[in-house]
Amino acid sequence: MFSSSLGKKYLMALSGLVLIGFVFVHMAGNLQVLLGQAQINAYAHSLQSLPWFILWGSRLFLLAAVLIHAFTAYSLIVENRKARPNLNEIEATKRAGLASLRMGLTGSILLAFIVFHLLHFTIRTIYPEYAEMMTTVGSPDGTEIHDAFLMVISGFKHDVISVFYVVAMGMLCAHLSHGFSSVFQSLGLRSESWRAKIDLVAIGYAWIIFVGFSIVPLSVLAQKHGIYEFYDPSFFSQEVEEKSLSTNLLNNES
Amino acid sequence: MKLTLKIWRQNGPSANGSFESHTLDGVSEDSSFLEMLDQLNEQLLGEGKEPVAFDHDCREGICGTCSLTINGHAHGPEDSTTTCQLHMRKFRDGETVTIEPFRANAFPIVRDLIVDRSAFDRIVQSGGFISVRTGSAPDGNAIPISKVDADNAMDAAACIGCGACVASCKNASAMLFTSAKAAHLNLLPQGQAEKDERAINMVKTMDEAGFGNCRNYGECSAACPKDISLDYIAKLNRDHAKAKLKKIFS
Repeated sequence: MFSSSLGKKYLMALSGLVLIGFVFVHMAGNLQVLLGQAQINAYAHSLQSLPWFILWGSRLFLLAAVLIHAFTAYSLIVENRKARPNLNEIEATKRAGLASLRMGLTGSILLAFIVFHLLHFTIRTIYPEYAEMMTTVGSPDGTEIHDAFLMVISGFKHDVISVFYVVAMGMLCAHLSHGFSSVFQSLGLRSESWRAKIDLVAIGYAWIIFVGFSIVPLSVLAQKHGIYEFYDPSFFSQEVEEKSLSTNLLNNES
Repeated sequence: MKLTLKIWRQNGPSANGSFESHTLDGVSEDSSFLEMLDQLNEQLLGEGKEPVAFDHDCREGICGTCSLTINGHAHGPEDSTTTCQLHMRKFRDGETVTIEPFRANAFPIVRDLIVDRSAFDRIVQSGGFISVRTGSAPDGNAIPISKVDADNAMDAAACIGCGACVASCKNASAMLFTSAKAAHLNLLPQGQAEKDERAINMVKTMDEAGFGNCRNYGECSAACPKDISLDYIAKLNRDHAKAKLKKIFS
């Protein structure tokens, strides 16, 4: 089923579809940062307290989708290079857009971004202190839970990191604008009359994802540089991170 | 018109090719691209040089024999046109025109601008046929076919098998050709008996021939002299998936 050239396209389309759905849910989750500390912390806590088999089941499912998508893409690209070893003296195009021609480039950048993002906010190896951020705000029963809000604000206060996140979301936007419509083409789920509509939905979806994801880092940067106050200003004073960290460390020691 | 022609020359399949430049004066704007090449070859023969080898046959845009990648476009920059139907008035006086063979691993170069497109024949042999009983000829119009299906099948059958889809594809994919040949029969009642086998076998032969994988750029359809739609690629994707699933569950 998946060994032929078309089989690989089905794999790309199906794994891509999983990731297309995931980014929307992730984006909707992220936007709760705008609703304040209690909202996002409660949401993050509810995800973290899912039964282990659901939490790890979903994580492994998504990891499998990323790995299948990346490895199949690699094998397709290797085969395609072999199929056309000699380039034309002039390489011209009539219809293909940059987004479709550069799927490999945008995909590679996204893969690097996913690794960085997991190390940054999920595994927290880049800034291990993020794991120490605890609060009772948003906790369902008053016990201390992880302060996802403080972590996000602290994470996006770094100009370079925030800009990298926004650039990566630009890559995702380009990747989706071709990938979304390609799902329907590769699985054969479209006709000539549907093509224009699907292409339009693909571009709309790509932009919604781009804007939805970029709002959070951009709003933090905007507040840091005094452009607009989105969040509680106390999170932007110099001491807040150090204070919350030191209290946590004291609590741990006692 | 006076033109500078930058042409790919290659002595044989295993020889190393390279570009060669020639200046051609007195080209009529009304001549076709192939007539311009005829004129160049006359000039080369007069100079005692080897003429440029290129494919051509009907020169009416219906046989699919002529090829050539002209200034980076299969069959030249004009839409819906074969090289033989491309006229020199589409070029500027004094222009440098780059002429290359259709490039793909599955289309090995025979000589100069001639490539071996027999991989297409193998794809057709593996599924581009129907089984009919021999004996007395059947009545015309004995099988009712809806106008929509008949038109759709005819649009697919318009493919002349020139290979511009492969040459224009950055991945040398033959999906537009294969899907047109498969759809032409898969859409008609006569093609139903072998529909699933056709989809599987033609894709298998296409893969074995060393064509690349479709990445949905749409360059093939843009370069196609017969404007074959990407719809047929979606249809082959669908027919192939259905055939494979049926095989698994049967």
